[in-house]
Amino acid sequence: MDSTMMYSLLTLGGVAGGFAMILYIVARRFHVEEDPRVAEVEAMLPGINCGACGFPGCSGLAEALVAGAEKKDLSGMYCPPGGSDTMSAVAEYFGLAAPTSAPTVAVLRCNGSFDNSPRRAEYDGPSSCAVAHKLGTAGSACTYSCLSEGDCVAACNFEALYMDPTTGLPVVIDENCTSCGACVTACPRDLFEIRLLGKGKKPRRVWIACRNRDRGAVARKNCSVACIACGKCVRTCDTIVKAISMKDNLAYIDPDICIACGKCVPECPTGAILATFPVKAKQEDSQEPVSTGTENTH
Amino acid sequence: MWAVSIALIPAFVASVTFFGPRALAVLAVGVLSCVLTEAFIQAFMLKKPVSVSDGSAVVTGLLLAFNIPVSIPLWMVAVGGFVAIGIGKMAFGGIGNNPFNPALVGRAFMTTSFAAPMTNWRLPLVFDGSTGATPLGIIENAASTGMSAIQSELPGYFDMFIGNIGGSLGETSALAILLGGIFLIARGLIDWRTPVFFLGSLAAFTGIFWGIAPESYADPLFHVLAGGAMLGAWFMATDMTTSPMSRNGRIVFAVGAGLLTGVIRLFGAFPGGVSYAILIMNALVPAIDSHIRPKRFAQGALHEKA
Amino acid sequence: MSKTFPMGGIHPPDTKISAAAPITPLAIPAEVVIPLGQHIGAPAEAIVKAGDKVKAGQLIAETAGFISANIHSSVSGTVKKIDDVADPCGYSKKAVYITVEGDEWAEGIDRSSTLKKEITLDREAIVEKIKAGGIVGMGGASFPTNVKYMIPEGKTADTLVINGVECEPYLTADHRLMLEYADEMLVGVEILRVALGVEKAVIGIEENKPDAIKLLTEKSAEYAGITVESLHMQYPQGAEKQLIKACTGREVPSGKLPIEVGCAVNNVGTAYAVYQMVQKNQPLVERVVTVTGKQVSKPSNFLVRIGTSYAACIEAAGGLPEDTGKVISGGPMMGMAVADLSIPVAKGTSGILMLPKAESVRPEVEHCIRCGACVSVCPMGLEPYLLEKFARADKWDQAEQRAATDCMECGCCSYACPSGRPLLDYIRIAKGEINNRRRARASQ
Repeated sequence: MDSTMMYSLLTLGGVAGGFAMILYIVARRFHVEEDPRVAEVEAMLPGINCGACGFPGCSGLAEALVAGAEKKDLSGMYCPPGGSDTMSAVAEYFGLAAPTSAPTVAVLRCNGSFDNSPRRAEYDGPSSCAVAHKLGTAGSACTYSCLSEGDCVAACNFEALYMDPTTGLPVVIDENCTSCGACVTACPRDLFEIRLLGKGKKPRRVWIACRNRDRGAVARKNCSVACIACGKCVRTCDTIVKAISMKDNLAYIDPDICIACGKCVPECPTGAILATFPVKAKQEDSQEPVSTGTENTH
Repeated sequence: MWAVSIALIPAFVASVTFFGPRALAVLAVGVLSCVLTEAFIQAFMLKKPVSVSDGSAVVTGLLLAFNIPVSIPLWMVAVGGFVAIGIGKMAFGGIGNNPFNPALVGRAFMTTSFAAPMTNWRLPLVFDGSTGATPLGIIENAASTGMSAIQSELPGYFDMFIGNIGGSLGETSALAILLGGIFLIARGLIDWRTPVFFLGSLAAFTGIFWGIAPESYADPLFHVLAGGAMLGAWFMATDMTTSPMSRNGRIVFAVGAGLLTGVIRLFGAFPGGVSYAILIMNALVPAIDSHIRPKRFAQGALHEKA
Repeated sequence: MSKTFPMGGIHPPDTKISAAAPITPLAIPAEVVIPLGQHIGAPAEAIVKAGDKVKAGQLIAETAGFISANIHSSVSGTVKKIDDVADPCGYSKKAVYITVEGDEWAEGIDRSSTLKKEITLDREAIVEKIKAGGIVGMGGASFPTNVKYMIPEGKTADTLVINGVECEPYLTADHRLMLEYADEMLVGVEILRVALGVEKAVIGIEENKPDAIKLLTEKSAEYAGITVESLHMQYPQGAEKQLIKACTGREVPSGKLPIEVGCAVNNVGTAYAVYQMVQKNQPLVERVVTVTGKQVSKPSNFLVRIGTSYAACIEAAGGLPEDTGKVISGGPMMGMAVADLSIPVAKGTSGILMLPKAESVRPEVEHCIRCGACVSVCPMGLEPYLLEKFARADKWDQAEQRAATDCMECGCCSYACPSGRPLLDYIRIAKGEINNRRRARASQ
């Protein structure tokens, strides 16, 4: 019995010693000198690895920030989910000025709700926009419109999106949106855009809620609120800041130039331009207030 | 899955015929505990629609009850059913996601927890219903005593084929299992390769030893008919969820299970080894699936390229 | 025992209810809409404009690029406009709208039914003629036929395989064509054989068409090079690689074309169109379309001018049954549900199928139970269950490694799945994504 125990002890001890040696040698041989600041900076970041900063995950941004701090320049490095709080904490850690970025938010560029753009056929395939997109007959008659299957909602990690069952369109909850861009990638029809949040307590922004590049008549036939490329908004804005351009039968408002005056909204004959604030109807027209579509009051 | 239940009817009838009304009670408790466990977990823990109507819990319950002796206390059956579904199936995500055959998980749990009642074999009623060893139990020590010494205790092949022997509820009658198995193959629900290669490799393995030393080892036909080999080969190893996806993979799986059964029977501590052999092969299914792929179209050209 | 391909495949009920209906010409509609992109490859470029007078058989759009096809007017009349029209998929494509006036054919086109047997042209001239006639694969994929006959350097062909399988349930267009235009079709096969420069041509026909097998075996006796192969029924035998395997025993490697094993495959409909163009000067402006369905009052095979609307075809077959759940362009296995019946018949439209509501419902999707049915029916030896998983999890590299791009979208896996999982839908996504990534890699 004693010798059995002895052998067991010796064998196991030997094995343990051998493994310990291997681990020690490997640890020494492959040791990587890492700046301890990287780990500390990374701890300040949200740690969700969303990639919205443009770096490979939070550790990627942390490494870039440390490298930037060496050069006393943190510009171009910004964590959208963390926002200015996170960035000022990081900047304080390095003793540098915080990089700033105007807050942004995901915006849906389609207003093809069940009412505005009636569905053409009953889609009974798998509930995935990617699959539905392969079939132009899914969704509404407009082949640029929202497919209502919710790939964007599934992609969102921040509960910033939900599907409105009455309209069939996803709704962005501005407060939760970190503009990480997951929905932009998820949408097979490229309906989301990361745009400036806008100024004010109730941020003001104006955008074209349409991606239809068909000719006006076709677009209008398929959706009552489609951009028909009439160019009225472009002409209106040309007298103000020239933020609106027209390409492929579709108007586009450059968020960097737009001052959110709202003048273009009542000009649009189909109501394709949405604003986050109420806009008065044109004076010479009727007294009816122009519908502004979304009032983001969540 | 209901088709599998239909395929189990012959074995069900056989078990009730041979082991009497108590067999019915064990079967009822097995099925009920499995179905109720699944319904309870889905309704109250997962808060998801209850899907017991797909019949898979019923099959698990039947197979579990088929794998235990008739004399077992009924509460143990209920515990076994709970473990089979709760731990063997639902803990992994329910139907389609369980790596191990749930019925065998339940049986393995019961074998280790209730060792004595789980080996308290009864001979079928048509004999006298008295306590008695299974054929595999009889030959357990054949290597030392010699086969000729115990030959008189062993049942004949015909009795083993129709099920007139001691053993678990559903495993005794090879005939009943065969009927159900043929039904499953005819309906295209199982691949014939699995049972054929399982039993074939078991027979080959035991046959080698029998050929070398017929005095110490039982013959292959005996091994195919004895214990849970038939039930395991036709109903447990063919479980879709826990067997490989490709035909070649299923052959590897079946051969592995057959060989392991032989190894456990001849050299292991247990007289029967089917359930553990299948559980071990279940664990290897992911590896089999990732290494043994279906034959691609124009496979030869693929190799030339590589 | 008759031949077939060895692995995978399914046996759906063949439901060929229009098999006895002879091919009848459909009345020329008041307006045709001829899409410019009816083939795989670049859409043709229109060479007519609104107001132009055109005759039937006149060139109205020219090839744009190596893989592309000419488009001819199928009617005589006035070009109304060039505008968008939806394809069966639902997406808009450019098309020429022509208002029909009479039925006048362009010069040189022989519309008589006299059989013209002797082949006077040589290889190059035939291929050139096929190209001029805008002939594409009539089986459904619509690959420009002339491209198949430009054999890459270093490769040689020795066998022409003609696809008379028609393995899709319901469809009977090819079957009727083989019965009613057997002589013309055989001359077409002979022309294709010359164009390919081979001695041997095999016509593969499934056993459910014994009359066609019998007729063609008799008639082909006078052609030394043509044999008819009776094939055991199995879907998807009409797929190029499966058909070559069944007829010649050769296997086309993954990602390669049939020429790799010395074969070229064409449909019987294509052979007939080639006959019409090479011997009679008539470009591809009409085709046989099966209009069928269990509740359709007159399941028919129509000879339809390209550009006729689906609605006109359905009307001629007795109208849309009340209980219709889906209208399918093509066959039930690989066809596509259409949402709009005003879309036009194109060169690749082999059938219009009306499925009753009860049959067009997708099954409820349940958990994968790992039964392996999809694996055992896949004729390419893929693992559809895994590919679906990878596609759902955006694991494109793994999907590529498991040869998702070998999938030819036959739909056997979705058909066989007892849990009703949309396997093919997700494999398509994976294929698209893998091809996008390959293109991105190539352009780097």
